[in-house]
Amino acid sequence: MSSVAQKKGFGAAVWDWMTTVDHKKIGILYLLGGAFFFVLGGIEALFIRWQLLTPQNDFVTAGMFNDLITMHGTTMIFLAAMPILFGFMNAIVPLQIGARDVAFPFINSLGFWMFMLGGIFLNLSWLFGEVPDAGWTSYASLSLVSPGHGIDFYALGLQIAGAGTLMAGINFLVTIINMRAPGMTYMRMPLFTWTTFIASAMILFAFPPLTVGLFFLTFDRMFGGQFFNHLMGGNTIIWEHIFWIFGHPEVYILILPAFGIFSEIFSTFARKRLFGYPSMVFATVLIGFLGFMVWAHHMFTVGLGPTANAIFAVATMAIAVPTGVKIFNWLLTMWGGSIKVTTPMLYALGFIPSFVMGGVTGVMQGSAPLDYQLHDSYFIVAHFHYVIVGGVVLAILAGTHYWWPKMFGTMLNETLGKITFVFFFIGFHMTFLIQHWLGFWGMPRRVWTYMPNQGWDLANMISTIGAISMGIGVIILVFNAIMATIKNERVGNDPWGDGRTLEWAIPSPPPFYNFPQTPLVRGLDSVWLEKMDGNESGFLPAEPVKDIHMPYGSILPFIMTLGLFIAGFGAMFRLEHAWGLPVLVGGLVVTFFAMAARSVRDDLGFYVTKEEVLQTEKEIAQRGHN
Amino acid sequence: MDVLNHKFTPETWPEHPERATLEAKNKFVGFWLFLGGETILFATLFATYLALRNSGPDGFEHTTQSLYDLKLVLVMTLLLLTSSLTSVYAVYHMRNFNFKKMQIWMSITALLGTGFLMVEVYEFVHYVGLGFTFGSSAFASAFFTLVGTHGLHVAVGLVWITLLIWRNAKRGLNLYNATKYYTFSLYWHFIDVVWVFIFTVVYLMGVIG
Amino acid sequence: MAEIQVTKRTPAQQQLNRKRGKEGMRNQIMMFSLMIFLTLCSFGMVVAYQNDVLGMSGYFVLPMVLLIAAVLVGLQFYYFMHMAEEEHGIPQFFMYTGMILGGLVPLAMLTIVWW
Repeated sequence: MSSVAQKKGFGAAVWDWMTTVDHKKIGILYLLGGAFFFVLGGIEALFIRWQLLTPQNDFVTAGMFNDLITMHGTTMIFLAAMPILFGFMNAIVPLQIGARDVAFPFINSLGFWMFMLGGIFLNLSWLFGEVPDAGWTSYASLSLVSPGHGIDFYALGLQIAGAGTLMAGINFLVTIINMRAPGMTYMRMPLFTWTTFIASAMILFAFPPLTVGLFFLTFDRMFGGQFFNHLMGGNTIIWEHIFWIFGHPEVYILILPAFGIFSEIFSTFARKRLFGYPSMVFATVLIGFLGFMVWAHHMFTVGLGPTANAIFAVATMAIAVPTGVKIFNWLLTMWGGSIKVTTPMLYALGFIPSFVMGGVTGVMQGSAPLDYQLHDSYFIVAHFHYVIVGGVVLAILAGTHYWWPKMFGTMLNETLGKITFVFFFIGFHMTFLIQHWLGFWGMPRRVWTYMPNQGWDLANMISTIGAISMGIGVIILVFNAIMATIKNERVGNDPWGDGRTLEWAIPSPPPFYNFPQTPLVRGLDSVWLEKMDGNESGFLPAEPVKDIHMPYGSILPFIMTLGLFIAGFGAMFRLEHAWGLPVLVGGLVVTFFAMAARSVRDDLGFYVTKEEVLQTEKEIAQRGHN
Repeated sequence: MDVLNHKFTPETWPEHPERATLEAKNKFVGFWLFLGGETILFATLFATYLALRNSGPDGFEHTTQSLYDLKLVLVMTLLLLTSSLTSVYAVYHMRNFNFKKMQIWMSITALLGTGFLMVEVYEFVHYVGLGFTFGSSAFASAFFTLVGTHGLHVAVGLVWITLLIWRNAKRGLNLYNATKYYTFSLYWHFIDVVWVFIFTVVYLMGVIG
Repeated sequence: MAEIQVTKRTPAQQQLNRKRGKEGMRNQIMMFSLMIFLTLCSFGMVVAYQNDVLGMSGYFVLPMVLLIAAVLVGLQFYYFMHMAEEEHGIPQFFMYTGMILGGLVPLAMLTIVWW
């Protein structure tokens, strides 16, 4: 485990990555997995837009179109956006709080594999030719009768992936609660850590309803349940409630880490501390809490009655307030600062108007009477893409550039980065701005084609061209990443030069134990504080160098998840094939035995000696980089 | 310090052994958080049950008033509540560094839990005999999912404590397994909390109508 | 390598701890008896309602039974699960939040599910 070069074969490297419990490596795995599914979801989007390029197009069939919109939404939200955000949280939060790893490294790995295999399970539906086609919301009227196994892939795949998310959420919560460096009170944590904390609390409370809903769907489809079958006393509205009680907090789970990333970027590249830190924290907490109170604004047209609609409309309006507070605080952070327009800062600047546009259309939809007109139209599609792409995706692209050196030890090319931004940003607005008008002009969403001469043709064409531009931007980014990896020009601790938080006080990438000594934190933006006080390294140790306790890796998380993956197939084919039930039971047995093996075997980790730590630090210092 | 092999005495055993190391603190907080999530899980199951109780196909005759037998439910409640107390005893002995007594009281907890499960299985079999099966109505699906999920949690708990008792039998108490016994007892109490809601909302409210 | 402090208690301290432990355990048994009593009350009230005993109307029994359930749950958390002890701020916070948010779901299902 020392820094002495080890002769590693390819097999050994694969084993290392499959058994790692190191938060930095797991962060990279999440990023790679998420990026893969992002590309998949993007291809699905391009197919959707190509089908809608012209009226009465026959690029894909109606059934295939339903498959595409369902998989695009499900993949982008569950398998691209969330995992990439988890990648950043994993890689960066322990560094920002001065910890050596997360609270439960084994569960960290388990969470990753659950996501990966759950996502693969879901996408295997393409290979089987039976793809979920009831939308990412899978309402349990259509999803009960959808023929073939498509919805089964959806229910089981998301169940597995969702369990992984819940584990990751608990992990981050405990890490932040228990493992902060001495001196780091809650109100001295960086904003990215705060938003991770609140988003993780939201995950803890929002994912159990999804678990329950998916179980109900699974039972109804595969085990004879009657939850949603009105002929047997069931009720389809129950699905809607349960789904949106999860679904609405889910979108805040997506946006809060994005807000956190931008808070870091604004203060770093305006060279000024974040304006109104306490109000930012409070606004984040408020958004997290209110996020659970508004779910029925997705159900205004269901017929819940005017009282219910009114309550949820008011609550929806209320959420705009803390969000507005954050926008003003970001602007005021820049005001009077010394702004450096790097690629991450460019994304941040683009985020402000884009997200505000998405936010205000959201407030419009929060008015129940207007929503009666807008519901299920392209206006809704425009709104949520503005907030998700204009918020979350821009944050992901920004965070990729910003933290790339910390994770990989190289820098992405700035020029290529800015070109990506231009193609992506222009394409994004081209695609989705015009969709607001399409909504007003009456074009419904989730339609596989439309008749000509309704005034929609040009708008759809513009929308499609925008999508192509976004695709070009992404291709340039992938190229950028590959070139940076090949060129392998190593960088030091703080390549951006203006780092304010603890992750910039250690090498890029950090040695496997992160910090040679636990840091002592004397205030907010502690690295900036130390630099201003004359300590150039930005790092103040809290203790002498000691032996460091590190966890062992394990293949058990992969095996546990594999068991569930196998069981999923058993559950799905149980009613048609005799091998269904044995495979279901067999898969669960594999998982159970892996869990027992984990519990029964004593895994207390190992110690890195003080001498090794000092030696590693000396070598890094001599080289100038890790 | 060697968490597995360090020899403690009753005088050196920490006052809160379940939170004495960083790993233990993490497991302590992490488990409480997990219970917070389970609260919402069961809340959703309860909510669905409340929405769907007494709903079935036309002409369906099972109602909450006709179906539930309060005597059986009282027996189950007393078994589970007592098992909760016995696990408190076990943790008391754990804090007193009395390994043998802790193992004994945990075993009694497991026995009482098994008793609970047996009565519940008997109750379910009785319902199935009446035609009240999982797929017979939305009410049945909701009932069996809610009460069955609780029963599944009890079963998992029994497997857990059995494994703990067996695995640590030769080892005695140390700071590695102290927190494992403690988190089990938290889980076991939580199951009792859920049962309080079940007997109230499902059975008692069901009989009142 | 030492991650925790191992301190040896004096015999006097040890005796005090034992005494406190015993008192704590007696307290727990009292709580248990209270819980059994409340449980029997709950069941008793419902059986009385079933048998049309005087004074037991649905409007009285139902809220009482729910109130007793809430008290039982509180006793379970605060005493059996040691939530009343120190260093339980975080568990308390997350459990209360979970209860509040969790309470919303049944509320919604009871009021706004469209038949």
